[in-house]
Amino acid sequence: MALGPSATADESAPVDERVVLDDVGIRRALMRIAHEIVERNEDLSDLYLVAIPNGGVPLARQLSRNLREIAGAEPALGILDTTLYRDDLSSSGSRPVLRETEMPSSVDDKVVVLVEDVVNTGRTIRAAMDALMDFGRPRSVQVVALVDRGHRELPIRIDFAGKNIPTQADEKVRLVAEESGEGPMRAVVCRQEGRGGRA
Amino acid sequence: MIGRDLLGIEDLERDDIVRILDTAARMREIGAREVKKVPTLRGHTLVNLFFEPSTRTLSSFEIAGKRLSADVVNFSPSRSSLSKSESILDTAQTLDAMDPDCVIVRHKVAGVPKRIADVLDAPVVNAGDGAHEHPTQALLDMLTVYQEKGRLDGLCVAIVGDIGHSRVARSNIYGFTRMGAEVRVTGPPTMLPPTIETLGVKPCSSLREAIDGADVVMMLRIQRERVEGALFPSIREYSATFGLDRAKLRYAKDDAIVMHPGPVNRGVELSHDLVDHSPSVILDQVRNGVALRMAVLYLISGRASGTRASRALTPGGA
Repeated sequence: MALGPSATADESAPVDERVVLDDVGIRRALMRIAHEIVERNEDLSDLYLVAIPNGGVPLARQLSRNLREIAGAEPALGILDTTLYRDDLSSSGSRPVLRETEMPSSVDDKVVVLVEDVVNTGRTIRAAMDALMDFGRPRSVQVVALVDRGHRELPIRIDFAGKNIPTQADEKVRLVAEESGEGPMRAVVCRQEGRGGRA
Repeated sequence: MIGRDLLGIEDLERDDIVRILDTAARMREIGAREVKKVPTLRGHTLVNLFFEPSTRTLSSFEIAGKRLSADVVNFSPSRSSLSKSESILDTAQTLDAMDPDCVIVRHKVAGVPKRIADVLDAPVVNAGDGAHEHPTQALLDMLTVYQEKGRLDGLCVAIVGDIGHSRVARSNIYGFTRMGAEVRVTGPPTMLPPTIETLGVKPCSSLREAIDGADVVMMLRIQRERVEGALFPSIREYSATFGLDRAKLRYAKDDAIVMHPGPVNRGVELSHDLVDHSPSVILDQVRNGVALRMAVLYLISGRASGTRASRALTPGGA
């Protein structure tokens, strides 16, 4: 989409960042999570992976490959931006950049698995569930988080967590990966200046 | 970054335009959903203050606001006390006391949206003022061209018609030149102001010269009621000289697109065939208009609150 350089300013230079999950660790977690998804859901034909950009996209693509490999499943794969559903838009300030939404089919009666890189307060998952309901009425919704930071502010539960990582509120955890999920991935934690993280 | 108000393209930097177009491109997806609505501007009140009749722009802003869950109020002079000679600024101030979050203004006199913005708390979007600017039209035109061509930089854009009286032309000239396109203009000599070159465009004396090798041909609407007999001899002559049909379009690039801000005078600016068929993208312009206005309302809404004294009393609005 990028008309210009303004689109993804996310990859700015890190200050003092430390790897909390390397490529091997991430791939191992995604394989375990795929097995857990198969175990939890008897019928995989209604499975619908919904990635929350940006971090959820490479993870969902890799999960989809894993599910095909271990169970022959061909889950639908959608991308759902939650920005327009955020609960902090009533305050003033610069508007966050919108990301891609591409839902190839309705989620009616599907078993939706939301895929997010980092869950902390639970607010993004809340927004994602609201957004999801605009695309139909899923039979159930489950949540994958590669990293669970645990500072929950809403009654949101993670069904499949890659790793629980205790962090400070002023730290930020992010996933560094190609969108396809094919190149090397890593999750890094870095100190954020000024405000608390809101993943 | 985009300021409090959107009064004209002349005020925008290249980065502002890129940000608005990128946002609009994302908004387009919402229009393709079964539930064409997001909760983003819930609780916001949007006032369409149109002193000049409009169906298309008004509906487009109204739909854009509603898709973002704003409450939309349309206020047009015929139904209001304007006929009782209340001044424009009094009317605007009365509306402002009702605490709108954004006011969209159209007026036949250039500069009125600016005057209104100066006295209002709420941000103002110019929906067309006289022969001055129509910024959202130019932005949706740029979005449509970007969608078709994948770039704006280096394109050749020909604008044909009443350049001197057209706010659409003026805003598009500012926009396309800022984005690095070459802009040519043409029309009857009475419609080509001699100062137009100062805007960085190339005036051409014939349609053929203007569209020769062009990537985009933008036809302007002729206000026949306003100008017939005064600025050109007859509609028929205008159409023969500056109207576009498939034969004349051959001078443009093979993959050139044809645009029109609407409503089209069929058979005058454009042949019937070109109105309805490729390579004209007139309906894409309309579709993009809604997405573009959603983007503008979204980006401007972040500037709105906070500036207002009343907001300070709102709980939880950190």
